[in-house]
Amino acid sequence: MKKTIKLVALALAAMLMCACFVGCGAEKKELVMATNAEFPPYEYVENGEIVGIDAEIGAAIAKELGMEFRIENMEFDSIITAVMSGKADVGLAGMTVTEERLQNINFSSSYATGVQVVIVAEDSPITSVDDLFDVGGYTIGVQLGTTGDLYSTWDLEDEGLGTVSRFNKGADAVLALTTGKVDCVIIDNEPAKAFVAANEGLKILETSYAVEDYAIAVAKDNTKLLEDINAALEKLTADGTIPGIIEKYIPSEG
Amino acid sequence: MESIKLWFEDFAADFRQNFIDEDRWKMLLEGLGVTLTITFFAVLVGIVLGVIVAAVRSTWDKNRTAMRPGIGKVVLGFFNWLCKVYLTVFRGTPVVVQLIIMYYVIFASSNNGTLVAILAFGINSGAYVAEIVRSGIMSIDPGQMEAGRSLGFNYTQTMLYIVLPQAFKNVLPALANEFIVLLKETSVAGYIAIEDLTKAGDMIRSRTFSAFLPLLAVALIYLLLVVVLSWLVGKLERRLRSSEH
Repeated sequence: MKKTIKLVALALAAMLMCACFVGCGAEKKELVMATNAEFPPYEYVENGEIVGIDAEIGAAIAKELGMEFRIENMEFDSIITAVMSGKADVGLAGMTVTEERLQNINFSSSYATGVQVVIVAEDSPITSVDDLFDVGGYTIGVQLGTTGDLYSTWDLEDEGLGTVSRFNKGADAVLALTTGKVDCVIIDNEPAKAFVAANEGLKILETSYAVEDYAIAVAKDNTKLLEDINAALEKLTADGTIPGIIEKYIPSEG
Repeated sequence: MESIKLWFEDFAADFRQNFIDEDRWKMLLEGLGVTLTITFFAVLVGIVLGVIVAAVRSTWDKNRTAMRPGIGKVVLGFFNWLCKVYLTVFRGTPVVVQLIIMYYVIFASSNNGTLVAILAFGINSGAYVAEIVRSGIMSIDPGQMEAGRSLGFNYTQTMLYIVLPQAFKNVLPALANEFIVLLKETSVAGYIAIEDLTKAGDMIRSRTFSAFLPLLAVALIYLLLVVVLSWLVGKLERRLRSSEH
């Protein structure tokens, strides 16, 4: 009996020590970026590495701030929680500023513009965004927690105009569209282009669903980092670094 | 004292945001309904498949040496081989992968995600139930079968009235275990856009960005379900044991 108690005490002590090692880290020299690398061209995996606009902007900011840089890849709906809990310092994931998100985290100034578009099958009866509202009754595929999810939930599902199917990945929603499980997918324009290029028989509706600004998520109590990031963003935009990165992945027409 | 009060106010605000605002608790309730539906029907599918497979496998194992060579033995041998393939495939791959393959490939034309999930979890569970039931049948002393046969029962009657009732009692704890595992395994149904209990928690998290309360609520509901299930099985076990006196 005594032996057992000793063992338990020992185990508890060991756990406490572990907790301390985790908690009492030295001062941060590393910028950890949380993202969901399934969102081309903003972030995606190529040759085993996470690349894309957000990845390069994150690296440029870290370099500007003189910090090491590391990317944590996770589900999109976990990114804000990760930033809030300090598991990551910043969230760069083609993230739009919304009221709900602002209640929990701060956003930097915007660094890119995103457009929410609707992907449908080429022979789909849906020919414009208005059809979703006027005809109604469609099943809309989205990625859980994205603005496409939020908008379609508020505008369509809550109004009884349609059903929303929430997938963990945008690619899964598109796969569901190709097999006819959903009638359309609402997602950001750039990944939408990549998905349509990769799958035959899909097209993007000409009218967009919404236009929005992408920004970097930072924890509320980390105002110093937010200021640094905003300063870095301003400098990197002025010297052409950020426009260059965006141009590299999304060449402007002509 | 002040900090406790602050903590409590924080907690109340969190609770309101996660469960009360926009009637988010309804998501959990609906998710619970989906989880229970999938589990219930998957258990049924699993039992039916499992018993059939176990019957084939144990009949073969028990009679292989005694059987006369002939067409009957070949047919039984073939079905035994088929069952073994089924067991290997469905116990050898993760249920999430099976679920996704079923949804996007095998039943690509079906829009009913819940039905696909029931089939996927049921077929997967059937493989485990089959081995559990077979172990129960094999554990019954061969003397029981001999006694039944010498009393004039035929093979099927002896199985149904003498061997299976005893086998069932032996495997009940293992079966209950399998169904508890199944209940919790359905938490991956969210992969195919089904809004089960876990996905409901994820949906709340994706709206409120607080990890703690939605996850805790989901965990507590699963725990409660398993506790109730275990209690019911315990009752059944005691009932069955009373016949031993």
